[in-house]
Amino acid sequence: MHHHVLLLEDEPNIIEAIRFILSRDGWQVSCHSDGATAVDTVTRLEPDVVVLDVMLPNRNGFDILRDLRAQRATASLPVLMLTAKGQAKDRERAEDLGVSAFMTKPFANAEVIERLRSLVGA
Amino acid sequence: MSQAGLAARAAGRASRNALTGTRIRERRTVMGIRQADLARTVGISPSYLNLIEHNRRRIGGKLLVDLAAALGVDVSALTHGAESELLDQLSEAAVADAEIAAEMERVEEFVGRFPGWAQLIAHQRRQMARLQRQVDAMADRLSHDPALSGVLHDLLSKVTAIQSTATILAETGDLDREWQDKFIANLSDDSRDLAARSASLVGYLDGSADSELTLASPQEDLEAYLGRTGFHIAELEEGGDGLDAALEAAAPALGSQAAHALAAAHFRRYRADAERMPLRPLRALVAEKGPDPAAVASAFSADLDAAMRRLAAIPPEPGAPAAGLVICDGSGALLLRKPTEGFLIPRFGTGCVYWPLYQALGQPGRAICEPVMQPGAADRSCIAYAVCTPVPPLVFDTHQTLQATMLVVPETLARDPAPAPPVDVGASCSTCPAEACAARREASVLRGVF
Repeated sequence: MHHHVLLLEDEPNIIEAIRFILSRDGWQVSCHSDGATAVDTVTRLEPDVVVLDVMLPNRNGFDILRDLRAQRATASLPVLMLTAKGQAKDRERAEDLGVSAFMTKPFANAEVIERLRSLVGA
Repeated sequence: MSQAGLAARAAGRASRNALTGTRIRERRTVMGIRQADLARTVGISPSYLNLIEHNRRRIGGKLLVDLAAALGVDVSALTHGAESELLDQLSEAAVADAEIAAEMERVEEFVGRFPGWAQLIAHQRRQMARLQRQVDAMADRLSHDPALSGVLHDLLSKVTAIQSTATILAETGDLDREWQDKFIANLSDDSRDLAARSASLVGYLDGSADSELTLASPQEDLEAYLGRTGFHIAELEEGGDGLDAALEAAAPALGSQAAHALAAAHFRRYRADAERMPLRPLRALVAEKGPDPAAVASAFSADLDAAMRRLAAIPPEPGAPAAGLVICDGSGALLLRKPTEGFLIPRFGTGCVYWPLYQALGQPGRAICEPVMQPGAADRSCIAYAVCTPVPPLVFDTHQTLQATMLVVPETLARDPAPAPPVDVGASCSTCPAEACAARREASVLRGVF
């Protein structure tokens, strides 16, 4: 069975690269770029895991994570948050909000696959 | 250093020895010396020299000195070619990303067959190392400067995109031609963008007051400032101190003279709009009739485009979304971008050709009102009002251009129900999943999402 990952990211060439490597690794990949409608998209698509960039157009990743944790359907959904290297405060804030794991930009492709497999128990 | 790193470095040294054999063969051939004769001169068998020249035997010590003497060159000429520095840089790149397990034993072949790509990787490695050092040094500063934090995040996103794409190109053996071309184009675009952004960043961090380098374009500087004020300029409303006060308030956020000039033009037009449509009666009218540009234009004897700009400048009620605004010139280039809930506007390039903004641009003089919905907006439709006007106003015997203005009102703000079902529009082609779109300019990265 293919695991379903939703990538909430607005950098088109990151989306393209990550979509490519995850698809070849057997994942079903969905992508969404608008922070304002990200929570609705997660609720509608029901992914197994979410990759959430900390900065998205119209709404930041922290507010999105807060809303996901407040909804019963997504309260325990694994969320892998992408932060910028050196932003320790971002990590602390996301931990307080209940993030499942972090990755800092720039990251290696293999690290993405490894973290996601770990989060879904694959 | 990790075991993988040590292995990569050792492989690099082995490759350097391999290069020595190649240089011996090249030098001997240039001098017209037969392999058997050179072997006899240095006291080894022709078959052993053949193995050395084909990089199948390591060479050093006295034999290397004898061969260099027989070939009339310094030892260093055989061991350090022009590509030695490049090989060092590629070795460093491999060590830094040891988990990728680059084929260091074939690095000489790579440099020989693809010198341009090898230079590109080495160049990007240097750039990434330099940027990484900057990122580390600025970590503390970042935590106190949200604007800089945002810029660094964008920059690191570019670095991430380059690294991910380069890894795919380097590691995916069966990558078909279409994907190769696509990823190479992405790499090229991102490299250029990274170079420009890093130059701007360095200019910013240098703190040069005279520098025209800013973290963003002048338009982005102005839009970022307007975004913080909600596109509402209190100094230009009733009782405000006026244009100078508005410019003074905005000055710290505007990074260049060009941004100041854009802001001055925007504020002059804002003040003219505010004088014709003062905030208090305008708010009263909106409370009664909703954010309807036609009603505002009629009540204040104003043009429709001015009414749209004014509606987008009203501070929203607490908890309610504000109206969005997009203005483009006759070429379709976006001059002002104010996004709103459910309506994404691309940061770069033009928008979706199906936006009413562009329909209006093609039909000057026609005012358009159309419900629209972007993919993924989860049933959050908007009402888009658009009109195209000549700029400057029509006069005889002067060159004219056109400017289109679109007000985007979230459905939740609209007083009346939408006049028709919403039309599906995108934000930009690169983030639009509509596969069968006749107007598509480039492939989407969101294929098959919705």
